[in-house]
Amino acid sequence: MPDKHASYRSRYTADRLIPGAFDGETITRRRFMTGSAHTAGAIAAGAFTLPALAFAVGPIFKSTPHSWVTVGKVGSFPNNNYVPVIATLTPGIGEAGKTTVYMRAFNPALDTDPYDRGTPYIAISTRCAHLGCPVRWVDAAQRFICPCHGGVYDLLGRRVGGPPVRPLDRFYTRVVGEDVQVGPRFSVNSELRRFSPRDPAEPLDGIGQYLYPSRPTERKL
Amino acid sequence: MPRLPKLPAPPLPAALKAPPARPGEEDGRLGPIEDAKQAGITIVDWVDERTSLSGVGRWLLFRKVPKGTNWFYTLGSATLFAFLSQAVTGVFLAMYYRPDPAGGAYESIRHVTNEVFLGQFVRGMHKWGSSVMVVLVFLHMGRTFLFGAYKYPRELNWVIGVVLLVLTLVMAFTGYLLPFDQRAYWATIVGVNINGTGPLLGPYLSDFLRGGGEFGATTLSRFYSIHMLLVPGLIIALIGAHLYLVTKLGTTAPPWEKAENSADLREAKA
Repeated sequence: MPDKHASYRSRYTADRLIPGAFDGETITRRRFMTGSAHTAGAIAAGAFTLPALAFAVGPIFKSTPHSWVTVGKVGSFPNNNYVPVIATLTPGIGEAGKTTVYMRAFNPALDTDPYDRGTPYIAISTRCAHLGCPVRWVDAAQRFICPCHGGVYDLLGRRVGGPPVRPLDRFYTRVVGEDVQVGPRFSVNSELRRFSPRDPAEPLDGIGQYLYPSRPTERKL
Repeated sequence: MPRLPKLPAPPLPAALKAPPARPGEEDGRLGPIEDAKQAGITIVDWVDERTSLSGVGRWLLFRKVPKGTNWFYTLGSATLFAFLSQAVTGVFLAMYYRPDPAGGAYESIRHVTNEVFLGQFVRGMHKWGSSVMVVLVFLHMGRTFLFGAYKYPRELNWVIGVVLLVLTLVMAFTGYLLPFDQRAYWATIVGVNINGTGPLLGPYLSDFLRGGGEFGATTLSRFYSIHMLLVPGLIIALIGAHLYLVTKLGTTAPPWEKAENSADLREAKA
């Protein structure tokens, strides 16, 4: 065990015989100047780097207001088949912000999930849960089919074939007067349990819901 | 610390040496062509005296290369020229392009392709040149790997090269969105969602790329900024580091070249 006092060095520069040391000084003026210059440089660099970085990553933490879009009148949707409607989900980017939503009235024989009870309409998103291509409803096959990589979903949007990792997303619906409105998106797992919206390709079964957190501002949907 | 012996400076090529005075010109009277040459030399000398750039140029260009150097060693330069072509055509395309997602971007690309003089040619150079650059990067990487040129002391240059490969792919990915047609839009949707499949950080990376939870109004300008400001700057800086290390460390001989033993070594061996 090394002796603690063998390598004892005084904290005063004058005791350490450093040239030009002042009495009672614990740090040389040269070291102090070097440290101050480095600190000043770091503050100056941080003053423009940190705001710029926060500016670039800011949108991750920005909450987007949810809007309700009127898509039709009460009674215009059957309860055993889908009707496509067009809704503008992202304003400001022209045609690219529009999307097709498949609408169907609530059917107690099909929608047995407890959360779906009391939902007036079922609105299925066309965004494929594999990588986000637009699926289409094929009436003859009673399936949603994705053109990109062959994802196939059944009448309730549950995956029956291909690469998707979870069922198709849905939208909240409500009736205002005579209008049927489509609201915020939500994701479901293979048991149709509801989750705050996730991007495509993010599984929600088992550990998946923890490996792929939702957007920080969407937690309390 | 022992110092390595300093190699003598490489000889100046004959073309750069001052020619001997011709008979009859020793009296100092020169022709107009000779005067022009002298003026050029004076200017170069003036700069060189203040910067020592000629030494850098000689260090960079007149290197010794190993026996057996062949055409495969030109793949790195080919990649560099592909990048320069992309940089030049990209700068001129940026003069016409408008990153406006509400139809302006597509319209400006249509304008460049159909109406601007030589626009289709310059845009074609940039579009097809991007594929050429990606292919050349991979060929250059394959040459380096198969010739064992990544081994000591060139590991750091391999690492820089891999970063350059990733940045080249980032350029290809971000540039794909800019025409803003159906193919560009859906390919970017798919690409961003592939980025999102990374566990834990993936969803945040997608949000960063899109500038929000959905593909929105700022996504195109974000990709445009990454494509023409952020990544090109990084690529230029790293190409500089890459070339510096190539010049400093020299190139390797192909693996089939046998080292020639010197007479002393043969004697010592015997």
